[in-house]
Amino acid sequence: MSFPWAKHYEPKQPLMRWLDEKLPLPRLVYNAVGAGYPVPRNLNYFWNFGVLAGAALAIQIIPGVVLAMHYAANAGVAFGSVESIMRDVNAGWFLRYAHANGASMFLLVVYIHIGRGLYYGSYKAPREMVWLLGVVIFLLMMATAFMGYVLPWGQMSFWGAQVITGFFSAIPLVGETIRVWLLGGFAPDNAALNRFFSLHYLLPFVIAGVIILHIWALHIPGSNNPTGVEVKGEQDTVPFHPYYTAKDGVGVGVFLLIFALLIFFSPNLLGHPDNYIEANPLSTPAHIVPEWYFLPFYAILKSFTANFILDAKLWGVLAMFGSILLLFFLPWLDTSPVRSANYRPKYRIFLGILLIDVLVLGYVGGAEANARNVIMGQIASAYYFAHFLIILPWVARSERPRPLPNSITEAVLAKQGGTSVTHSAAQA
Amino acid sequence: MPRIISSLVGAAFIFVLALALFGTVKTAIQEPAAESAEHVFHLHPEDIGLSSNGFFGKYDNQQLQRGLQVYKEVCSACHSLKYVAFRDLTKIGYSEAEVKAIANQWVIEQPSINPETGEAATRKNVPSDHFPSPFANEVAARAANNNALPPDLSLMAKARHDGSNYIHALLTGYRAQPAALIKEFPGAKTPEGLHYNPYFANLNIAMPPPLTSDGQVTYSDGTKATKDQMARDVSAFLTWTAEPNLNTRHAAGVAVAIFLLIFCFLAWGAYQNVWRDVKH
Repeated sequence: MSFPWAKHYEPKQPLMRWLDEKLPLPRLVYNAVGAGYPVPRNLNYFWNFGVLAGAALAIQIIPGVVLAMHYAANAGVAFGSVESIMRDVNAGWFLRYAHANGASMFLLVVYIHIGRGLYYGSYKAPREMVWLLGVVIFLLMMATAFMGYVLPWGQMSFWGAQVITGFFSAIPLVGETIRVWLLGGFAPDNAALNRFFSLHYLLPFVIAGVIILHIWALHIPGSNNPTGVEVKGEQDTVPFHPYYTAKDGVGVGVFLLIFALLIFFSPNLLGHPDNYIEANPLSTPAHIVPEWYFLPFYAILKSFTANFILDAKLWGVLAMFGSILLLFFLPWLDTSPVRSANYRPKYRIFLGILLIDVLVLGYVGGAEANARNVIMGQIASAYYFAHFLIILPWVARSERPRPLPNSITEAVLAKQGGTSVTHSAAQA
Repeated sequence: MPRIISSLVGAAFIFVLALALFGTVKTAIQEPAAESAEHVFHLHPEDIGLSSNGFFGKYDNQQLQRGLQVYKEVCSACHSLKYVAFRDLTKIGYSEAEVKAIANQWVIEQPSINPETGEAATRKNVPSDHFPSPFANEVAARAANNNALPPDLSLMAKARHDGSNYIHALLTGYRAQPAALIKEFPGAKTPEGLHYNPYFANLNIAMPPPLTSDGQVTYSDGTKATKDQMARDVSAFLTWTAEPNLNTRHAAGVAVAIFLLIFCFLAWGAYQNVWRDVKH
């Protein structure tokens, strides 16, 4: 799908014309990310993060496949096989650190990508499907990351698995049976490790498939933009190639630079020292914490300490999963017809509070559970649910949005001054 | 309609959280958590400024060799180093002949089988062997150490927060339990058989101070073997055992960072060039 003024793929070379007839892949690429896909001209750098997420996935898969050639998924040898990768495999240390830090980079990029969606209303009609597929990708990523962390079979791997799989036993009646069935035993052991390895290898390719659907769904209406005003005509857009391929080049460069600084100079900054100790079912670590990207959800889980009809543990599990699942309903919860928060002053303030709230939750998730931190976590969790479930649906009623520009071009000109969107010499 | 449902769901979660909050505040007021001895008296390690610190850090092979000597003469009696092979020692400045000699003369031998009777036996180490454990198994290790298990040291510098500095602080940090502690927390007196060390997480460690006096080890390069020096050297050595590829990693990192900086610069230039005629 495209806009009517989109350029058409017209191969001139005989080989390319033959290919176009038999298997029009170059045409597909041209229409998806080439000169045949018009994109709003006013996108800011927050729009880089989708491509960065795709790049991060590729960066995870390639070292991951090579790591899998040397890793052994058996509880007795897993930890040793990872150490062997670090010491004996050529550039094994690089592969391992790239893969471990790549997970953090992937989730960082995805969180910013989601934040862009929240701020600019990218989840609103007609892009609801893009958003839904995105939430599915996010859930798959979290599952993949969790299982990947279990594989080295360190103390945090084992005890993190113990905690997370323990959630299933919170389900009334059938919970414990489900938990034992999933684990293949009464506690995380060889059976669990082997199946986690199998699924960890599988899910990234499922994610890749859903990403294709995600981009396909996006290309039907085309990209959103910072004003939230739809594309009205040819002057509102530029072809994806070379304009956004060039901009994405800058983004990828900065991404790789930050990634390299992590891998080469501080590879264990985001990890936990306890995962360099072999898993010991008889020795519980002083603090069981997940990786940083799960901390806000962990904080929400830990905040539910009171029984009310349901067990506190079950409330915690429901809230933790609920905090992600509510994202599915966002397109229908937010009733404002205005997309971009740039034009929604009241909503903007709440979004700002949400950002701080999520950071506070992240801190609480990793900190020790003293009274002060638990109270902070409970208040922050309450705001999180209030924001999405109560504030969002009702704020649209009471806010006065700022006047929207009539078109993207108008917004660009207002910013830059002048009467034309091109600096053509003839205009001067 | 969706608004009503979502508000009800939200209200339910918030209500339960409010209950929980009320409970937490009530407990905090009525039964405030007592300060623990660990919280008050635990110390964080001081930075010992290893040569491997920082972006351009590199190991000092001389120091690593001294550290190996400390491990050999002090630590290897109880602590294994199972992820390190003798052949890895060529990376810290020993020649292949020296490594062969170190392996051959290593006191603890490699477990093996008597080729005639099939009974358990031991043989001398060769460079391809990993450092052998001083104990046959965990049970033997605990039996010899008052039921405490001396941990493997290969990854100790990464398995503890601020590991390199922690090792040095721990080794030099043994002292008498302060009177203030016993007064404030009478229940936290160091039990029999343990030793007070404020750098250890729960303040009382099973390991007796391993570095007892200056000159415990005689360095072959003439460096004065004070307790502090021995602790530094073994700390550097254990940093190396945990992270043998640090030198390569830092060197590669500098090259990659410079490359990517140039790449970013060029990409930025290309971007500016592409967009020059278009207002955005």
